Amino acid sequence: MGVEQKILGSSRIGMSATPGRHASGSHMLQNIDWVTILLYFLLVGLGWMNIYAAVYSPDNVVNIMSFDINSGKQLVWIAASLILIIVLLVVDYKVYEHLAYPIYGAIILLLLVTLAVAKPIAGSRSWLDLGGGIRLQPAELAKFATALAASKFLSTVNLRQQNFADQMKLAAITLLPPAIIILQNETGSALVFAAFILAYFREGISPLILIIGGSVAAVFILTLLVPKLYLILAITVLLALATWLDYRLLRRYKTMMALWVLVVGMIFSVDFFVNNVLQPHQQNRIKALINPEADPLGFGWNVTQSKIAIGSGGFWGKGFLEGTQTKFDFVPEQSTDFIFCTIGEEQGWVGSTVLIGLFMFLMIRVVMVAERQKSVFGRAYGYCVASIIFFHFLVNVGMTIGLAPVVGIPLPFFSYGGSSLWSFTILLFILIAIDANRSQDLAR
Amino acid sequence: MNYLENRKYVIQGIFILVGAIFALRLFYIQVVDSSYKQAAETNAIKSVVQYPFRGLIYDRNGKLLVQNTPVYDLMVVPKEAKNIDTLRLQQLLDLPLEEVRERLKKARAYSYVQPSAFYQKLSTQEFARIQDNLIDFPGFYINARTARGYPHQSLAHALGYIAEISPRQLEDSAYSGYRPGDYIGKSGIELEYEQYLMGKRGVKYKMVNVRGVEKGSFKDGAYDTLSVAGKNLVSTIDLDLQQYGEFLMNGAKGSVVAIEPKTGEVLAYVSAPFYDPNLFTGKDYGKNYMALLSEPNKTMFNRPVMASSNPPGSIFKLAQALVALQDGIITPNTGFPCNQSLVKCSHAHAAPTNLSIAIQTSCNPYFYQVFRAEVNQGKSSNTFKDTSIGLANWREQITTFGFGVELGIDLPNEKKGIVASPAMYDRVYGQNRWKYSTIYSLSIGQGELGVTPLQMANFMATIANRGYYITPHIIRSIGENGKPKPEYQQRHFTAVEARHFTPVVDGMAAVVKSGTGRNASLEKLGIEVCGKTGTAENPQGKDHAVFVAFAPKDDPKIAIAVYVENAGFGAQSAAPIAGLMIEKYLTDSVSRKRMEDWVLSREYLNID
Repeated sequence: MGVEQKILGSSRIGMSATPGRHASGSHMLQNIDWVTILLYFLLVGLGWMNIYAAVYSPDNVVNIMSFDINSGKQLVWIAASLILIIVLLVVDYKVYEHLAYPIYGAIILLLLVTLAVAKPIAGSRSWLDLGGGIRLQPAELAKFATALAASKFLSTVNLRQQNFADQMKLAAITLLPPAIIILQNETGSALVFAAFILAYFREGISPLILIIGGSVAAVFILTLLVPKLYLILAITVLLALATWLDYRLLRRYKTMMALWVLVVGMIFSVDFFVNNVLQPHQQNRIKALINPEADPLGFGWNVTQSKIAIGSGGFWGKGFLEGTQTKFDFVPEQSTDFIFCTIGEEQGWVGSTVLIGLFMFLMIRVVMVAERQKSVFGRAYGYCVASIIFFHFLVNVGMTIGLAPVVGIPLPFFSYGGSSLWSFTILLFILIAIDANRSQDLAR
Repeated sequence: MNYLENRKYVIQGIFILVGAIFALRLFYIQVVDSSYKQAAETNAIKSVVQYPFRGLIYDRNGKLLVQNTPVYDLMVVPKEAKNIDTLRLQQLLDLPLEEVRERLKKARAYSYVQPSAFYQKLSTQEFARIQDNLIDFPGFYINARTARGYPHQSLAHALGYIAEISPRQLEDSAYSGYRPGDYIGKSGIELEYEQYLMGKRGVKYKMVNVRGVEKGSFKDGAYDTLSVAGKNLVSTIDLDLQQYGEFLMNGAKGSVVAIEPKTGEVLAYVSAPFYDPNLFTGKDYGKNYMALLSEPNKTMFNRPVMASSNPPGSIFKLAQALVALQDGIITPNTGFPCNQSLVKCSHAHAAPTNLSIAIQTSCNPYFYQVFRAEVNQGKSSNTFKDTSIGLANWREQITTFGFGVELGIDLPNEKKGIVASPAMYDRVYGQNRWKYSTIYSLSIGQGELGVTPLQMANFMATIANRGYYITPHIIRSIGENGKPKPEYQQRHFTAVEARHFTPVVDGMAAVVKSGTGRNASLEKLGIEVCGKTGTAENPQGKDHAVFVAFAPKDDPKIAIAVYVENAGFGAQSAAPIAGLMIEKYLTDSVSRKRMEDWVLSREYLNID
């Protein structure tokens, strides 16, 4: 039965009116994860309304559907997404696994082509002009392509065996797209690929990588916030304390010394990194995170105004379309990267928390969906989806409330923009398609 | 497999941890920390003060004295003012090129995005010239507001002026309702009636975008307040008479104050030299003000209420007579010889056989003897003490005429003048060390006396009323159908009974009919004018001419005091001016053109 199904499934495209197709169709509708789909439409719908609120102008009221404003255009992107969803669900789910590498390769090619032909827009060469005023940002598509390729790779190797060559291959798959994207001068989009580390952690890489990565980030941020001398004292005391608690560490004093030198060296290299490696606008974003009040009209403007807008919302918010800060251009990029400000100001703490809750719900649901996959490919892909959404959520919301540096990446499903919406729709609905057919993988 | 599966909890834990941190952080900035709400308000809500129309001022016949005229400020938003043709701007505004650059720099220093005044108080003509060209100057626009306007250029000293509130006033809690840049009455009626004229300010809360551009009212104007226009005032001034007085006094120095005796209403209030009140409304306010202030003729000096150090001269003999009559020192028929050994008499005349003749001839020895009898009544055997007692008694009565006290006119900075007192002489000479021979010059209105022109006019009103006055005032109605303040409705009776006024009035009629005041006579018109000339000794130069009068003798309609500085005898300059003013007021015309020409010729200034 299982074998037959597999054969039927794999040859489904070419055959019409086979029992398998009927079985597949009904299976799909039975197994499709309506909860995730509901969350998707909830977020997209709320996003659409808030895009309208962000561009709404009380002395020039334009219909929410009008194509003159972002909310009207977003409606077109949403409608196109519906077609995309149908296509994604109708296509044989196995295509995603089988064609993972070709898709990945095609996207890499597209990224390179973009780099070669794109005209710079605001210093970034990431937009591909398709003609007719339609532009595409291939960097957005690279996320799902890389997720597919990495998952495919993970389904063929066993990460737990700590095979160095395999780990390097995986690293190459993951880092090739962001490398090209950085060349396109879209550092924000490139940073997103760091999210894959969470998925790989689930698939078996050493937790040390996560811990070391987290520690490096922590030391980096702390160096910016705390005087160096205190940090050096703190790390010395910490190591001494650990040794005092466990005498056995004394025997590994060389490792301890090396660790100390490493951390102190890093503390001193942060300044060099910030001042000499980062570009001026990136330096400012880091300065804005540390102390936006230092220059509230300059590099601190976005963060200061964003916090003012959100902070002025209060507990219940000012009400839909009643915001002042987000209406009158105080907050830049309101309908795209700073869309969360509109929620914060108009819906208050209650609305913001509900939105955060929706994202939490979605991410945990995606993890649940991933966990119930029988194939490594499906599960790994599910974790990639959750990780990418999480990273976007973390950085996007974090920057609006002054907890993360300003990085121009959108809030998934919510921010205005076709490339972003489609990329997340593809990302999520490939998972939903795989999940809907999970029973067919039983026999594998 | 199992231990890896547990990692899903770690991942979900990270998700939930981040969500919780975000929710807590949001709770802090949205609910706990209120500074963001304030920042949002200062960000996006701008309060715009609605300036009320300042009250207008009319004359007693409904002619407009003070109005609000539009003025135009040229504003600039530096951000939008790019690639400005400064050369053309300089020509348009008639400013030096450096000045244009300097002003642009100042505006930029104030704010790059907010508008500031580039050029204040353009006149309507300048506005018209510039407006059409403004299209070539992006970032420049015209802001219209109102300033005070004086259609008749008259009455400057009484009207006063308004100007921006001073930093010192702003610190004073009495001006707590004012803001920097507000206009406030600085002198005259504008200052005295500030609380009525200013009206009530309104505030409109407007939402502005990041560039300060208005985006509609906040909460549909729920917190807005309307401005209430200031109250209009009706003055007691007769504009025609006022302007005629200024016409006659133009080029002279001195005061003309005319009062309607029955009501205490000031009909004319001339302080010469005078200035065009419009000088203080335009953009050159500061320059004009400083120029007037440093002027040798003391144009800004508000003479009718402030020129208090000059003695009244012979007109004071009327007061001496009245007090002496009341005290029973003399009767209307008392005569004294014109004994020139006591004090010189300026006019050669026969010995006055009664009071009226003494007044008519302004006989100095007569009043020397009257005043001696007044202060030396024999209340003490000690001459010194007797003089002191007598002077104190005299002073008590003389001050009931409004001498030596502030009358309380509704104008600021009124001076009370000087009336000699025993204490004053005690201070100078020592107690019991002065007697009548020390103070006798008071008898003829010289010495330790200082009377303002307003007090002189009020004195005339008192005699015209035969014994009382109503505090002179310049505003008869607050609001168009209102009443004057209550203190301007009650009579102030002098210490002298009405019956004693008759011989004095008769004497004054004789002064005009056949004495020193003949230049004020309107006999041909059938108007009997009562008056008295005076010459105030001036140690600094030529004496000041004084003439006081009221008319008609029965049922007086106007009381007037004319004070011309450095004009010698009152008869030559002050009397004709008073006569012309009375004629103008009573008949609304002037028949004595020759007299008018004489006054305007100012030749009296050259007579010694």
